[in-house]
Amino acid sequence: MAHFTKATSLHDWLNQRLAVDTLRRVLAKEYWIPKDINFLWAMGMVLAITFGLLLVSGIFLLMYYQPNVHTAFDSVNYTIMKEVEFGWLWRHVHGVAASVVFLIIYIHMFTGIYYGSYKKGREMIWLSGMLLFVSFSAEAFSGYMLPWGQMSYWAGMVITNLFSLGDLHMNGLVEWIRGDYVPGQAFLNRFFMLHVLLMPLIIMALIGLHFGTLRIPHVNNQEGEEIDFDEEAAKYKAGNKKESKVIAFANDFMAKDMFVVSIFLIFFFYLVFYHYDFAMDPVNFDPADGLKTPAHIYPEWYFLWSYEILRPFSTNVGLMAFGFAQVIFLLLPFLDKSPNAKPAHKRGIFKVWFWVLLADMIVLTAMGKLPPEGAFSTIGFVAALVFIGLWVILPIITKMEKEV
Amino acid sequence: MKNSSRRGFMGKAFGAVAGVGAVASLYAMKKTWDPLPSVKAAGFTTLDMSVYSGNKLVTEKWRGKPIFVLKYTPDMVKKAESDPKMKARTIKIGNDYFMITLGLCTHLGCIPGYNADDHSFLCACHGGQYDFSGDVTKAPPPRGLDIPPFKIDGMKVVLGEEGPEYKKMLQDGVTLRA
Amino acid sequence: MRELKILVVVVFFTLVTYYLVEPFAHSQMHKHFESEGFAYKDLPDLTKKGDAARGKDLIMGAGACAGCHGIKAAGMPAPMDPTTAAQSYGVCPPDLSNAGAVYDAKFLAALIKNPAHALMVEHKFDPAKGKVHPMPGFYGAGGDIDQEVADMVAYLQSIAPKKEELTSEQAFELACGRCHADRYMKWTQIGETPKFKTKQDKLKFELALADYQTALKNYMGKLPPDLSIYIRSRGEHYIKTFVENPQNYLKGTAMPRVGVNAEAADKVIEYLEESGDYKVKVAKEGDARDNIAPRVMFFLLIFALFAYLWKKEIWKELH
Repeated sequence: MAHFTKATSLHDWLNQRLAVDTLRRVLAKEYWIPKDINFLWAMGMVLAITFGLLLVSGIFLLMYYQPNVHTAFDSVNYTIMKEVEFGWLWRHVHGVAASVVFLIIYIHMFTGIYYGSYKKGREMIWLSGMLLFVSFSAEAFSGYMLPWGQMSYWAGMVITNLFSLGDLHMNGLVEWIRGDYVPGQAFLNRFFMLHVLLMPLIIMALIGLHFGTLRIPHVNNQEGEEIDFDEEAAKYKAGNKKESKVIAFANDFMAKDMFVVSIFLIFFFYLVFYHYDFAMDPVNFDPADGLKTPAHIYPEWYFLWSYEILRPFSTNVGLMAFGFAQVIFLLLPFLDKSPNAKPAHKRGIFKVWFWVLLADMIVLTAMGKLPPEGAFSTIGFVAALVFIGLWVILPIITKMEKEV
Repeated sequence: MKNSSRRGFMGKAFGAVAGVGAVASLYAMKKTWDPLPSVKAAGFTTLDMSVYSGNKLVTEKWRGKPIFVLKYTPDMVKKAESDPKMKARTIKIGNDYFMITLGLCTHLGCIPGYNADDHSFLCACHGGQYDFSGDVTKAPPPRGLDIPPFKIDGMKVVLGEEGPEYKKMLQDGVTLRA
Repeated sequence: MRELKILVVVVFFTLVTYYLVEPFAHSQMHKHFESEGFAYKDLPDLTKKGDAARGKDLIMGAGACAGCHGIKAAGMPAPMDPTTAAQSYGVCPPDLSNAGAVYDAKFLAALIKNPAHALMVEHKFDPAKGKVHPMPGFYGAGGDIDQEVADMVAYLQSIAPKKEELTSEQAFELACGRCHADRYMKWTQIGETPKFKTKQDKLKFELALADYQTALKNYMGKLPPDLSIYIRSRGEHYIKTFVENPQNYLKGTAMPRVGVNAEAADKVIEYLEESGDYKVKVAKEGDARDNIAPRVMFFLLIFALFAYLWKKEIWKELH
């Protein structure tokens, strides 16, 4: 039995039982972050806030949503939007946040790629982050099924059809996933389960892992400098905050984070109140009809680049390209053969590789939305080839990179 | 130090602003829990009092609960007039007299049965009894059958609205607010 | 400075992506039609001034309108219930009380003389192919047909509500409601869903509605869609230009050109907005979206200001 003394205060009482002081020191007051960072380093906090917005708005939507193929559509578009007080607010917050979270994820991801934050001991941070991207994608897809509109139904139909794996004709697998021959009640209910319970649990566990993988390598910095954290922490604790190369998570990093978050929230709620149509596609305001395919089907914007890699090729080749695109980002730490964990502008050809990748993904995104005809389908085809080519040459160009 | 106290102040000020936001969201969250307008609208039932027969108990529905409607025969009217407690519970609509109460025993909520020959209610659960005006005549119920809010409109009665007759009953302690 | 450059780069790529994926892509996917402002340029102008009294005689007499159409404003109920009418003609002939306010006068005149032409359904109702529109055209009562038709239109306008007094329900029910349901407004093709006392009443109504919808489906080819949320799935511009000329968007469709005037079209949009948009009536004025939005934005500005001041205080020691 540990030794307990009579508490001198509430703080002391908690401290003896939960070691709150140690926790505060280790997680906040003496969790060291490099000082040489810019606002892009706040994207992690912005993601946490956005995830929080999704969770809270989701809780209130969950009070009224009905996962039944006959009542789902009206439970959202009538009950929640028109009858529930502030129902419109939760629905629009949820829809806009689901879209904006991917914008922030991509910014966060490309920040990592630019600054080499996936190398030299930070591979697990990158991997857990990519697993979070995959989990958020599954969460977004399952959520999109729920209003049971035309886009919900046909996206469900098309994406589950992918699992027939082309010429392998694995129709049994497709029916197993759906729980029926076509997307119906069984399909809706299980994707409801995924969206509301299983995926959020997985995401929260992965977030915990992602935070854990940060502790030993520490957060990266703008110049990719390898910092002696113990030395710099000692300077800070001695009172020499101006010369130290590190800052404390609380309140130094948090204060800057919170300011970036506050600007983000202005942008976010402006969208929620005044400009939300981009996050709520009109096609999904038609109730699901298994006998009528909409004239234009497309996924939400954040899946378009991936969708466009699938489209230009024949079935089997397309599926292989699509599979390639899903996993290739995970392999980045191992394909990048250069010894430099530095920002891209210090890495010669890699700088070009980075900007071409970014531009290529934007082109793929745009072509993925446009009808696959004429010039659009040609550009899309070229962009898909460029994407594959970029990853093929990555090991080569990075092997040739001079040490900085 | 002046600096650290200013820092501390700004931090607390920022925290306070954030707190205001949190409280405001709590307001929105509370309102989201409120019963829906369609639920509240269903909270009114209109009864056509011209369809009932003397001494025949009819059970209607209001807000999901059973409502006893019992029209008095002339004998019953005479009896009620002579008893002040019964008189206070009787509702006059046009030239007819009625008992209108919740059909739930005030003891623990079972639905009492009506004995037309005896002009009385008996609750099978624990033996409580009421007379035909709904007043309690045998324990264990603590009070007479509750009278729902009602408003008389010609030969119709709207349950859920509070008319002057109901308000008087509340004032006189004839019933509690159901 | 560097942070500003980074911000500019991020915003630039975000806006480029947004532009390509939203405004640009949608312009490529959907043809845009300009509204003609309900001018009905293809129909001839009204040249004669109508006399309502003469028009009344014609409508009750030679026009034979009352054989199929009720006119409640003139004390004449419909000759048949909606379901029987639909089973006889395919669709229920509308009550004409509000027609003078909802429909364009030029359109009404053209409709009375040649329904299939005014309604733009000649591709479906071609006498040469043996299919005639259920509403017969008016061939005149022996005088100047243009004068007679102008008189009939004048009469309809005289019994109708004034344009400013026309309610959105009246406009929708006449212009759209015989073919399109709107469940969010409790509207079915045979009238507003009543409150049912008994289960039998409910089943009787539902049976009458189902029979009506079957007759309508046979007449139109498929059941016209429920319009509850069309204001969000199609938008005001599409709906107005579609109603002006359905053939533009859906070539070969059985949907007729409706023939509403500009004011009635606005009233229909008002009805659809009440149906599908969330500008709903709230219990407290302060909770309405239009009030909440500026207050939240203002709060967020204060929030950002305090966040900035706190950040500055903390970072004074660190730079």
